Amino acid sequence: MSLELRGISKSFGALLANDAIDLKVETGEIHAILGENGAGKSTLMNIVYGLVAPDSGEILVDDVVKHIKEPSDALASGIGMVHQHFMLVPVFTVAENIVLGHEKSGFAGILDLNEARERIKKVSDQFNFDVNPDDLIEGLPVGVQQRVEIIRALIYDAKVLILDEPTAVLTPQETDDLLKIMKQLKEDGTSIIFITHKLREVKAVADRITIIRRGKVVGTASPDASQNELASLMVGREVELAPDKGAHTIGDVVLKVEGLTIRDSVGRALVNNVNFEVKAGEVLAIAGVQGNGQSEVARSMVNLEEHVEGSIILDGSEVIGKSVRESLHAGIAFVPESRELDGLIGSMAIAENLILDLHDLPPYAKGIQMSPSVVLSEAEKRKDEFDIRLQSVNDPVSSLSGGNKQKVVLARELSRPVKLLVASQPTRGLDVGSIEFVHKRILEERDAGRAVLLFSTELDEVLALADRIAVMYRGEILAIVPSGVTAQELGLLMAGVVHA
Amino acid sequence: MKALSASERRRRRSLLVMATLAILSTLIFGLLQKSGQNVTYGFTLDKEWVLIQQWVISSRTSSLLFGVISLLASAAAFLQFRAGRTIGLASGIGSAGIMMSFLSWAAAGKFIPFTGLLQGALLLSVPLIFGSMAGVLSERSGVVNIAIEGQLLAGAFVSGVVASLTHSTFLGLVVAPLAGCLISTLLAVFAINFAIDQIILGFVLNVLVYGITDFLYKKLLIPYQSTWNSGPTLSAIKIPLLWKIPIIGPILFDQSIIVYLMYGVIFFINFSLFKTKWGLRTRAVGEHPTAADSVGIKVNRLRFMNVMIAGLVAGLGGAYFTVGGVGSFNKEMTAGKGFIALAALIFGRWTPWGAVSAALLFGFADNLQSVLGIIGTPIPSEFMLMVPYLATVIAVTGFVGRVRAPAADGTPYKRGESH
Repeated sequence: MSLELRGISKSFGALLANDAIDLKVETGEIHAILGENGAGKSTLMNIVYGLVAPDSGEILVDDVVKHIKEPSDALASGIGMVHQHFMLVPVFTVAENIVLGHEKSGFAGILDLNEARERIKKVSDQFNFDVNPDDLIEGLPVGVQQRVEIIRALIYDAKVLILDEPTAVLTPQETDDLLKIMKQLKEDGTSIIFITHKLREVKAVADRITIIRRGKVVGTASPDASQNELASLMVGREVELAPDKGAHTIGDVVLKVEGLTIRDSVGRALVNNVNFEVKAGEVLAIAGVQGNGQSEVARSMVNLEEHVEGSIILDGSEVIGKSVRESLHAGIAFVPESRELDGLIGSMAIAENLILDLHDLPPYAKGIQMSPSVVLSEAEKRKDEFDIRLQSVNDPVSSLSGGNKQKVVLARELSRPVKLLVASQPTRGLDVGSIEFVHKRILEERDAGRAVLLFSTELDEVLALADRIAVMYRGEILAIVPSGVTAQELGLLMAGVVHA
Repeated sequence: MKALSASERRRRRSLLVMATLAILSTLIFGLLQKSGQNVTYGFTLDKEWVLIQQWVISSRTSSLLFGVISLLASAAAFLQFRAGRTIGLASGIGSAGIMMSFLSWAAAGKFIPFTGLLQGALLLSVPLIFGSMAGVLSERSGVVNIAIEGQLLAGAFVSGVVASLTHSTFLGLVVAPLAGCLISTLLAVFAINFAIDQIILGFVLNVLVYGITDFLYKKLLIPYQSTWNSGPTLSAIKIPLLWKIPIIGPILFDQSIIVYLMYGVIFFINFSLFKTKWGLRTRAVGEHPTAADSVGIKVNRLRFMNVMIAGLVAGLGGAYFTVGGVGSFNKEMTAGKGFIALAALIFGRWTPWGAVSAALLFGFADNLQSVLGIIGTPIPSEFMLMVPYLATVIAVTGFVGRVRAPAADGTPYKRGESH
C-alpha cells in the first residue's frame, strides 16, 4: 500500500508547523523522516493519523483521496501508528489494551478476549516478539511495550506503519532488535514511516530519507549520504558533529562519592553502593539507559534526594546533610534534567530566572529590598556572554525556545564560583545548533580546570565529551571505562552485559 | 533488611493498629471491667425462623472472650503476613472481635437488639452506597465527583415534592434520578466541555443545590406543607421465604424497594465495570484518555454519559431520604452524607465492592452510636456522635494509606494537550 501526502499545511497560532508538505511512501519501503526537534515531524504524523486536523492538503492511500478526521478513519485506511509516548493503559493486560476500541462481546455483554489472545500469540510467534497476552503492561520493559504497540497495529491490518521516534526510549540492544523487526516487516510488505533525528539509525534501515526543517521538506537523500551531509541538510548549515576536545590538565580530586545508596519513599534502593571520583579538568560521564538510577545520583549531588546514605565529598567537605542552597554555594553548578520543571520558573522574567540563586544577596539585593537595575544590567551582560536569543530580558522565560532556555540555566549556574559542574541530560530535546553550544561550553569548563559530571543517555554525547565513562545499570555502576571505548561496547554495558 | 513494598507496609501498619486495639480492648473492656453485670443480645425482630432467641452472658466474660478472639485473629494475621499471604479474613475477624468486646462492655446490664443494630446499619448505609456508586461511575472514567452531596439532596427534594403533590411513591422514585442527573449534567458540561477545575465546580454545585432547596423549602414547603411536603412513603416488602432466614433474613430481605434497587445497582455496576466493553472503555478513559482516543474511543462523550448515569444513581439514592424515609423534605437533610460517600469511595479504592464495604462500615458506626445513645452507656452521646466521622478520618488516612486513584481522575481531556 502506498501513502501520499499533498500540500499538507498546519499552523498553531503564529507558528507554521507544516508548510505545504509533499511526501510519497511506496509499498514495502522504509521511509525515514529526518528532522530536528520542533521541525514538524510529529505534527505531520498526527495529521496522517487523524489526531490533528490539517489547515489544507490531502492524504492519498493507493492514489485515492481519504478523509482522515479521527484515528479510527486512519485505522480503517490501513494506517497504524506507534506513538512516541505509548498509547497503552498501564493497569490493563496486553490483550485488554489490544482489544480496546475493537471489543468483541459474548453472552450478556461479557467481554471476550480469547480471539485476541490467539491473534496476539500468532503475531508474537511470527516475529519472535515473546509477548504474553495476559501480562500487565506496567510490569513490562519499555521495549516489550513497544512490541505490543506494533502487534496492535499489525492485528488491525496496518499496511503503513508510522513509528514516531521509536528508539528514544530504547537501550542500544533494543534499538538493534527494533531495526531488525522493521526490516522483517518490510519484507512482509508493510510500508514503514520512520521518524527520527538519529542519523545512524536512518542510515542503517531507511530506503529513502525525507528531510524536514522548520515545517518544510528541504530535500530527500539516499541512505548512502554521509552523516555530515544529512546533518547539514537537517540543520541548514555546516555542523560539527563531534566537538574538538582541547588539551587539558587533570588536577586533584574534586568530587569523591563513596557508598552512595538512595532509596525511594518505600525503602527500595534505586541507587546501590555507588563509588566514583571526578578530578579537576576532566569530564566523567555517567551513561545508562533512562531509569537506571542516574537521575537520582544527579539530584543527590545538591541534596534533592531524601533517603541518601554514604558520602559525597566536594573538595574535602561533606555535601550530604547540607541544604540545597548550601550545596550550590559550596561550588556546584547544577543543570537539572528538566529545564522546564526544575531549572526555570516559566512565568517569571528571564532576568529574574538568571539570578534565582543569588537574588537575596548583594549586589542584587540590599537588605530586604531587591535592586532591579542591577538585575537588569546583569541579565544584559549574560545574554551577550551566553548568546541567549531573546526580545527582552523582561519576557517570561517560557517564551524562549528549548535551546535558549538551557542557555539561561547554564548562564545562571556558571556565574557562581564553580568547582564542579553537574549536568543532567543537558542537550535533551535541543536542536543541533544549541547542542553544539552546550557541548562547547561544557568542554570550556573542563579546560578551565573544573570537574564535570555529565549524566547522559545519548551514546554519541557521552563518547564526544567524556574523558572517562561510568555505566550505570539497575542502580549500580557496572564499569568505569576510558573514553576510547567503542559505541558497541558501551551499548552492551548499558544493556547490563559485562565481559569477563 | 528486606525492603517492603508499599502494600506490605500498609498491611503491616494495619496489622499493628489491629494488634494494639486488640490488646487494649482485652485489657480495658475485659480484665479491668467489674464483674457481675450481664449483657443480653437479642436476635429476633419479627416472625422469622428462630435460630437463637437471645443470648445472655456476663459482660466481663463476653468482653474477654471477644478480646481473646481478636488477639488470636491478630496472631493469625501476623502469621499470614509473614507467609506473604493476604490478611483480609483474619483482620475482618479481628476487627469484629474488637468491636464486640467494646459492645459487651458498653452495654453492660443492658439489652442490645443485635439484628436491629445491623438492619439499621444497612439502612444508614443506603445513601452512602448510592453516593459511592455514583462516585465509581464518574471517577473511574476520570471526572472527580464532589457534587454527590448535591445530587443526593436534589433527588431527595424533587422526589419528596413530586410524591407529595401526586400522592404517588412511584412517581417520586421516577423523578429522583432525573433530579440527580440534572445536577450531574451541569457537572459534566462545565467539567468536560469547559474544563473547569472539578473540585471547585463540585463544591459550587453543592452550594447551589443547598441554596435552591433552602429557598424553596422556606417559601413553598413550609407555607404549603400539607400539599407540598407531606408525601407518602415506601413500605417494606418482605421477600417470600428469604426474609425468614434467621438473622440475615430480616436484615437483607425485609426492606423497601429502594434497597432492592440498590442491590441491583451494585451488582450491575460491578459486572459492567469489569466484564463488559463499556467497562473496559470507561476504565481506559479514566486511566489513559489519550490512548483511548488513539484507538477511536470518544473520550469526552463516554465521560459525559458516565457522569450523567452517576447522577441518576445518586438521585435515586436521594429518594431514600424522603420517599424511602420520612416522606417530607427537610432543610439540608442529606447532612454531609454525600461527602461520607466520597470517603467510602476512596476507602474502597474506587472499586464497587470496596466502596460498599466501606459504606457499610460507616453505616454501622453511625447506627452503633444511636443505639448506644438510646440504651444509655458510660460514654457521653456527644462523643458517640463523633465516632462515625472519626472512623471516616482514621479509615481514609491511616488505615488505607495512600491509594491509587484512576490515573486521569480530575484531568480534563483535550486532544493534543497531554501525553
